[in-house]
Amino acid sequence: MSGETSTIDKMVEQKYQHGFVTDIESETLPPGLSPDVIRAISARKNEPEWLLEWRLKAYEHWLEMEQPDWAHLNIDPIDFQAISYFSAPKSDKDRPQSLDEVDPKLLETYDKLGVPLHERARLAGVAVDAVFDSVSVGTTFKAELRKAGVIFCSFSEAVQDHPELVQKYLGSVVPQRDNFFAALNCAVFTDGSFVFIPKGVRCPMELSTYFRINAAETGQFERTLIVAEEGSHVSYLEGCTAPMRDENQLHAAVVELVALEDADIKYSTVQNWYPGDENGVGGIYNFVTKRGDCRGARSRVSWTQVETGSSITWKYPSCILRGDDSVGEFYSVALTNNCQQADTGTKMIHIGRNTRSKIISKGISAGRGQNAYRGLVRVTPRAENARNYTQCDSMLIGKNCGAHTFPYIEVRNPSAKVEHEATTSRIGEDQLFYCLQRGISEEDAVSMIVDGFCKQVFKELPMEFAVEAKALLEVSLEGAVG
Amino acid sequence: MSTMLKITDLHATVAGKEILKGLNLELEAGEIHAIMGPNGAGKSTLGNILAGREGYEVTQGEVMFNGKNLLELEPEERACEGVFLAFQYPVEIPGVNNTYFLRAALNAQRKYRGEEELDSVGFLRLVREKLEILHIGDGLLHRAVNEGFSGGEKKRNEIFQMAVLEPTLAILDETDSGLDIDALKTVAEGVNRLRSKDRGMIVVTHYQRLLDYIVPDKVHVLADGKLVATGGADLALKLEEQGYAWLEDGGIATLDTDSPATTANP
Ligand SMILES: Nc1ncnc2c1ncn2[C@@H]1O[C@H](COP(=O)(O)OP(=O)(O)O)[C@@H](O)[C@H]1O
Ligand SMILES: [Mg+2]
Repeated sequence: MSGETSTIDKMVEQKYQHGFVTDIESETLPPGLSPDVIRAISARKNEPEWLLEWRLKAYEHWLEMEQPDWAHLNIDPIDFQAISYFSAPKSDKDRPQSLDEVDPKLLETYDKLGVPLHERARLAGVAVDAVFDSVSVGTTFKAELRKAGVIFCSFSEAVQDHPELVQKYLGSVVPQRDNFFAALNCAVFTDGSFVFIPKGVRCPMELSTYFRINAAETGQFERTLIVAEEGSHVSYLEGCTAPMRDENQLHAAVVELVALEDADIKYSTVQNWYPGDENGVGGIYNFVTKRGDCRGARSRVSWTQVETGSSITWKYPSCILRGDDSVGEFYSVALTNNCQQADTGTKMIHIGRNTRSKIISKGISAGRGQNAYRGLVRVTPRAENARNYTQCDSMLIGKNCGAHTFPYIEVRNPSAKVEHEATTSRIGEDQLFYCLQRGISEEDAVSMIVDGFCKQVFKELPMEFAVEAKALLEVSLEGAVG
Repeated sequence: MSTMLKITDLHATVAGKEILKGLNLELEAGEIHAIMGPNGAGKSTLGNILAGREGYEVTQGEVMFNGKNLLELEPEERACEGVFLAFQYPVEIPGVNNTYFLRAALNAQRKYRGEEELDSVGFLRLVREKLEILHIGDGLLHRAVNEGFSGGEKKRNEIFQMAVLEPTLAILDETDSGLDIDALKTVAEGVNRLRSKDRGMIVVTHYQRLLDYIVPDKVHVLADGKLVATGGADLALKLEEQGYAWLEDGGIATLDTDSPATTANP
C-alpha cells in the first residue's frame, strides 16, 4: 500500500521541468562590483547623469550596510565580488521592433516554457514586456496602450523616453537605503518594467511580464515602477521561470507601486525560478523588495503571489496606507519542497484614517522545506479606525518539513481593530484516505487538497494566471505528488 | 445468489494492538447485514480494513470480494471495484467543492471500469436525480466537502455520495449515530433505494431504531474482535433490551430467541 511517505518521495524525485539553458551569446561584464562597474552599466544604457549619481549614492549606502540575518533562513555566504552585474543578449544593440525581429531561439525558449509569446499576446490580448536576462527584448500591444495613454515599456526605455516621470517616482516608495538588497538593486539594476496609467484611465488589458534568468552567475536586478494616477486602474502580472544550473543565482529585485487618489493597482506574481535540486544544490536566491504606496485617499494596492520556486525566498510585498480610506491586500501561496526555504509575508502600515488591510497567507511545506510567514501590521497614532484581518494557514506534507509564523502587531491607536487567525495542519492522512476511498488517486487527491487549501488566494488571480498557478502547484507537488 | 464477500479468519492489528481476532463473515449479493457491538469492539476497524486504510495491518486471514483478493488492492482500486465506506466521522476538505469532488470520484471510478467519463452537464443531471430521490436540497452541492457541515449534513452527504457512486458493497459505519428522525429516514431511504440483488451492504449501528427502517437479512454481534453471535432482525431487538453483557457472560450458547435464523457464531 503506498502511503503518504511514498507520495512525498515521488514529490522529491520530480525534476524541474523548466531546467534547460538557451545558448544565446551574452555580453557579460566581468565579475565584481565597483563604481566603475556601475559607470559601465549606466553608460551602456546611455543614462542621464542624475541616474548615474543616484546609483553611485546607493552604492555608497550599500557599502555601509550589512546583509540582514533576522529571517528564518540558512543562507550560504554570498560573494558579491564573484557576481557579474550585467549581461545582455547580443541582439540588444538593435532592439527588435516587433516579435518577428526577436531572436528565434528566444521565442523557442518561451515556447518550451509554455509561454508562446505571440500566441498568448494575440489570443489573450495581453501586452507582454519580456525580460530576458537583464534587457527587455520584446514589447507588444504598445500602440493600443498608447491610444489609452498608458505607458508600458522596459525601464531602460522609460529612462530615455520619460525621464521626468522616472525621476519623480524612482525611489519614492523604496528609498535607496531601505535595506541591503534594495540598496544593491539601486546601484546595479539593469532593467525591468515601467508602467504609467494616467488620470482616470482603466488600463484596457492586463499587463504581463515574463522574467527569465539565463546567463550563468549573473545576478538579476530588476527594477519595476508602476504609477497609477488619480482614479486609474491597472492589473499587472509577473511570472518567472529559470533554467537548471548549479551556481546559486542572486536575484534582488525592487518593485515600487504608487497609487494616487482612487487608484487601484493589482499586482500578481507567479514565481517559479529554479529551486535547486533535491539536495538543495543550485537554485535561485530571491531577495525581493516590493512595496506599494497608497498615496491618495481611497486608493488600493493588492498583492497576490504564488511562490513555488527559488531555493531561498526573502520577500515581503507591503502596503503603506497613507491615504485616508485606502486599502491594502496581500494574498500569498508559498510552497517549499525539498530543501527550499521561504521567509515571506507582508507589512501593512496604517497611516491614514479608516484604512483597511487584509492578509491571507497559505504556506505549504513538503520534503525538507522550511516555510516562514512574517507579517507586520502597524497602526500609527493618527490611523483612526484602522482595520486589519490576517489569516495565516500552514500545511505540512510529510514529517521533515517546517512551518513557522512570526506575526508582529503594533497598534498605537485604540480605535484599531486587528484580527489574527493562524492554523497549522498536516495534510491529513484522513483527508487523503477519504479521497482514495472514493476512488481518487493519491496524486489527484493531494493536488485537490492543496488546491482547496489555496483557494482563497487563487481566486484573486486573473483567470489565465489562476490556471497556470494551479498547474504550477501541481507540478511542484508532483514533484511532491507523483 | 452468490457470495460477494467472504472474510475468513481475519486478524488485524492497529498500532501494534490486535483488534480483530479471527473474524469470519459471508455476505451474499443482495443481502444487508447489520453489525452491532460494544464500543471499541473493532467495528470501524473492520470497515477500515476492508477499505484499505493505512496503519491497519492484516496479520492473518483472507478477504475475497467478487472473486478477487481484496487485501491485495490499493484503497483507490477497492473503491473503483465498488467498495464504499460511509465514514463514521466524514472528513472535511476545505476549499474543495463537494460537486467537484464527487465528479472526480465518479469519473475516476468510471475510467477504471473503462466507461466514459461524465461531463459536467451529464454529471449534474445525475446529481439532481439522486438529490430528488433522497429528498436532499441542493445546498450541499455548492459547499466544500463536509466543511462546516452539521453532523446530520455530513451523514446525509455520505449517503448522497453512495447514491451517486452506486457501489457494489457499501459499508455504513454508524451512519445513524447522532441523527434526528428525519435524517435517519434519509439514511434509511438511501439504503433501501440502493438495495438490489447485485449489491451487498454492511450496516454498523448501535441502535435498533435504524433497523426499523432498514430490515437486515442478518444481524451480527462483534465483540472483542470476533463475531460472537449472528441472528435475524430480532437479535437487534434483544440487544436493545438486554445490552451486550449477556454475550460476555458466555450467554452465547443460551441465546434466548425464537428466531430459527439465530445461531451462535463458532
Ligand atoms: N488508528 C488507531 N490507532 C490506535 N488505536 C486504534 C485506532 N483505530 C482503532 N483503534 C483501537 O482499536 C479498537 C477498536 O476500535 P474501533 O474499530 O474504532 O471500534 P468500534 O468501531 O467497534 O467502536 C479500540 O480499542 C481503538 O482504540
Ligand atoms: Mg466505530
